[in-house]
Amino acid sequence: MKNPRPVTFNHNPLLKRDLPAWRPRVVMLALMGCSLALAGRALYLQGINNDFLQAKGESRYARTLEVPATRGRITDRHGDILAISTPVRSVWALPSDAQLEPAQARELARLLEMDANELNRRLAASRDFVYLKRQLPPEVAKQVAELRLPGIHQQQEYRRYYPGGEVMSHILGFTNIEDKGQEGIELAFEKQLAGMSGARRVIKDRRGQIVEDVEAIRPPRDGADVALSIDGKIQYHAWAALRDTMHEHKALAGAVVVLDARTGEVLALANAPTFNPNNRANLSGAQLRNRVFTDTFEPGSVMKPFIAALAIERGKAKADTLIDTGNGRMTIGTATISDVKRRGVMTVSEVIQKSSNIGTVKLAQQFSADEMWHLFDQLGFGTALNLGFPGEASGRLRPAKSWRPIEQATMSYGHGISVSLIQMARAYLVFARDGELVPLSLTRVDGQPSSGRRVFSASTAREMRTMLEHAAGPGGTAPRAQVAGYTVAGKTGTAHKLENGRYAKKYISSFVGFAPASNPRVVVAVMVDEPTAGQYFGGAVAAPLFSRVTEGALRTLGVAPDIPLTPLQLARRGAEEAATRGADPRENM
Amino acid sequence: MIRADAVLVALVVASALGVVAAQHQARKLHTQYEREQARAQALAVEWGQLQLEQSTWATHGRIERMARERLGMRHPAPGQMLVVEPKS
Repeated sequence: MKNPRPVTFNHNPLLKRDLPAWRPRVVMLALMGCSLALAGRALYLQGINNDFLQAKGESRYARTLEVPATRGRITDRHGDILAISTPVRSVWALPSDAQLEPAQARELARLLEMDANELNRRLAASRDFVYLKRQLPPEVAKQVAELRLPGIHQQQEYRRYYPGGEVMSHILGFTNIEDKGQEGIELAFEKQLAGMSGARRVIKDRRGQIVEDVEAIRPPRDGADVALSIDGKIQYHAWAALRDTMHEHKALAGAVVVLDARTGEVLALANAPTFNPNNRANLSGAQLRNRVFTDTFEPGSVMKPFIAALAIERGKAKADTLIDTGNGRMTIGTATISDVKRRGVMTVSEVIQKSSNIGTVKLAQQFSADEMWHLFDQLGFGTALNLGFPGEASGRLRPAKSWRPIEQATMSYGHGISVSLIQMARAYLVFARDGELVPLSLTRVDGQPSSGRRVFSASTAREMRTMLEHAAGPGGTAPRAQVAGYTVAGKTGTAHKLENGRYAKKYISSFVGFAPASNPRVVVAVMVDEPTAGQYFGGAVAAPLFSRVTEGALRTLGVAPDIPLTPLQLARRGAEEAATRGADPRENM
Repeated sequence: MIRADAVLVALVVASALGVVAAQHQARKLHTQYEREQARAQALAVEWGQLQLEQSTWATHGRIERMARERLGMRHPAPGQMLVVEPKS
């Protein structure tokens, strides 16, 4: 066999036919076009449209989570909790998704403690979003979640609790349902207390577990704790004493402030009527008013010691200087000022002790209106305290130029000028602190208070302390202000209330004082508005309240008695006596 | 030449497996970390609730009532107290 000519496929005679030259080129171009299109598409996806696609992809597995932050706690000066936030859950629904069987609705209504009809009405609403119940305890919320109902969702919220209840309510204030401060310290210290929730991006896997942190968008910041100057025990004493006084004298309202004379800290601040901040239903109305800060009143005789002190400071009088109060009536212009009793010639000390209006006016007449205005201004009347407390009243002190002589006279005994109770309590610091006035503080002060301002000399203040001790002693207007074992000093006030520009037959009974008089530790100011059970004089209504509050405060602070009233060896006999005598009236604190 | 290539390929494969293993480990640890953080948060919440409970039990009014009614205690009379001032 002849060796056949090797024939391969490219020697196929069919291929020998010459192809037109354009055909391979067309194919080449077409293929190149395709690959170019692919490259272009790849460029478009990878480069130009990259961000959009990345975001889309990430949204399949990346999540932005909110990191909750808690609101700071409020504690008293010893660190006892007065307000704390704890998580609760709110249940909300998308009405369009929430198609519940009647049995499911009944079960849900039972857990939420709602009426089933009310629940159905809410679910039938045409809105996109309805709250079914807010601030549920976590245990109940868990049960609701376990029902796995369609269209029913939950969110975490915080709820503020006030373990002290109505005892602390006015000083603390409260927060709204969003946990933002609305009143009192909660509002005043909102900046410190409020937490800032954070956010972070994470990658979640198929099972919903977080597998990677992408970035922390905002770190969460928990609210800072605030330590108040309030002493829980003194506050409780003050509140309980005020409650009993209100009850006994059927008064409209009342307020008590206790200040630390050494540091200017507010140790207690109680108001009546009061409210329970844990129950949202009663967070409105007059009982929310913090009268200590927001209400001003004409202080009455409580003002007199300042005029006497000014006279002594300027050398115009001494404690034993004689003043003729005449027949107990005095006419200035067309108005007449009168004393309760005709007392004739008295010493300055007696003017304060017996609370003589005419004696005080005579002292005041030695000064110009300007000088008196300056004194009032230095004492802080007419200026808000600027403690940051919401609604602080500044009181009313008109410019000296507009004073008529009769007004200057009445102002000397505390009419025609209005102050808040806290202003009055602070002004009495000048007597308790050797003539120096210091700024008050609602938060705990460690160490010495910031610089004070001298109003009177130390010797004047000491002389006034002796006078005020007489006023609160036997023969004064308020012997019932006394506290067993301690010397007390202070001044009563009984002021008519202004109604529609006229003085009505309604009274505000007040007492401002300090103890122990020899080395003052606390300043206590009390005010009872419209006592209607018969008595209304400061000495009868406010002084006993002062006594109870002061006794509680001194005992709590562990201040040593400064009257050697009870020899130590008699302690045991005293105990036996107390046991046989039965209940001591002072026990009912 | 071929031998060197084989060694390199083996190294690349080994390193790739290492990356996978490390990533897996990292994710597992991270999950664990998240779980512990959630636990810390839950404990903080519980602590808050316990603090609240403690301060509710310890309100002055309640303590006073218990002391008076259940324990029969009372305030000492003024003469029965001796205040000791610390020597400074």
